[in-house]
Amino acid sequence: MPLPPRRRRAEWRAALVPALISLASIVVVFGALAWFVTSAEQWPRIRHQFFNIEAMQASFPRVLAGFWVSMRVWLTALVCIAIWALVLAVLRSLRAPVFAPFRLMVVIYIDFFRGVPVLLLVLLFGFGVPALALPGLPNSALFWGSVAMVLSYSAYVAEIYRSGIDAVHEGQRAAAKALGLSEWQTMIHAILPQALRNVAPALMNIVVALQKDVALLSVLGVRDAVREAQIYTATTFNYSSLLVAAGLFLLATIPMARLADYVTRRDRERRLQRAG
Amino acid sequence: MAGQARIRIEGLTKYYGDKLVIDGVDMSVAAHEVVCLIGASGSGKSTLLRCINRLVDWDHGTITLDGVSVEDPAFGRTGLQKRIGIVFQSYNLFPHMTVLDNITLAPRKVHRIPRAEAEETARGLLASVGLGDFARAYPEQLSGGQQQRVAIVRALATRPDVLLLDEVTAALDPELIGEVLGIIRGLKDDGLTMVIVTHEMGFARDVADRVCFLEGGRILEEAHPARLFTTPENPRTAQFLERIIASGRL
Repeated sequence: MPLPPRRRRAEWRAALVPALISLASIVVVFGALAWFVTSAEQWPRIRHQFFNIEAMQASFPRVLAGFWVSMRVWLTALVCIAIWALVLAVLRSLRAPVFAPFRLMVVIYIDFFRGVPVLLLVLLFGFGVPALALPGLPNSALFWGSVAMVLSYSAYVAEIYRSGIDAVHEGQRAAAKALGLSEWQTMIHAILPQALRNVAPALMNIVVALQKDVALLSVLGVRDAVREAQIYTATTFNYSSLLVAAGLFLLATIPMARLADYVTRRDRERRLQRAG
Repeated sequence: MAGQARIRIEGLTKYYGDKLVIDGVDMSVAAHEVVCLIGASGSGKSTLLRCINRLVDWDHGTITLDGVSVEDPAFGRTGLQKRIGIVFQSYNLFPHMTVLDNITLAPRKVHRIPRAEAEETARGLLASVGLGDFARAYPEQLSGGQQQRVAIVRALATRPDVLLLDEVTAALDPELIGEVLGIIRGLKDDGLTMVIVTHEMGFARDVADRVCFLEGGRILEEAHPARLFTTPENPRTAQFLERIIASGRL
């Protein structure tokens, strides 16, 4: 296959002018916005309340420690959701009559956990279950709050997996069956690898959404980034600590969102290539 | 027709919902015989083919392989699939697996043949269809004709006694049809029993020992191709062949 022609110098120069124009435009527009905001009469008060450097510095270590808790919960929940949702999706997609009770259970599960607000589940599990003092199980609000997140998110992710499973062409099942593969082997070797590739972009968006939804656990008193920032706010009446937490979340979510965009774009190119 | 029937179909009837798609078909295929099923779209020929290896279920009638019902529990879950291979119109290769993995999947996972042995067999078969260099390629890197040849090899990997071919050239560009038909001719010379659904009348005339014309889920006429294509007895067969000739495909 011949390589695409190299970009010539003239083309590079032609691209430079529009780039400079957009750069200049960005500087002018954002500069004007900044000037407009900072010249407002209330700006010093706003800056003091929300962008107070001293308060930010003072709260940073605690908020960062809390953020570390958030990210650990995020990663652990991700792994649990990926596995549990896959189990749900596969159970729901098995077609043999023997699996009917499992299919029904999964349908009920998904209806329930998709239909109830996550916050409610977090409160129910995080406060309710530790109150039972179940023997042999952890008693922390952090643990049971995370369980609530996993149960709820798995319902969504299971549906995403299932859409990917359903999107695999029927001919693939026919081929696997004709080769003598069992329904289980068909799922593992033929269907799932294709299904997971189909839904990778949709899954990436869930990963990003979960990254910030873990902040819901703060309602349980879990000392995550939001909770730590709130504690600081409560003692100083200064809200800069919340902006520190916001900044940390953005540092984590923006690269993930870009990665999600990249995965989506690559997936689309792959499909176009195949169609061509 | 020489020898005992390898496949015997008796009184086969199948409905899709209320629609009768196979209407009491009786048919048999002897060992080493090549039978072509022809007929318009919707005549039931593909469904009939897929009943033979139980890809679709039927409502009445029996199908036997060497005198044993294909529904006999003695075949187990995989015994029938080992002895009857099928090739589809749209190849249906697994896109996420290499050519070699496509071919060895069933031998390894279903029939528990060690990987080295399965791969050796697969490489030999690939070489025999002129694709010896493509073992590590992925299906989308191959042309349609090459993919279909891989699909044929995949169906042959368990050394089946019968090969079913379901319009295997219908999705191919005209210049690629020849390479696939060449392989099938070779299989006939090797003595493989085949049931072929095809729209390639020239090929059917050339390769078939017997041609069955289907319409409305029934076999209206069956004969040696030299007879059926030149002097059809049933007026419906004649009409079908006239249309084919008019469209320049015979």
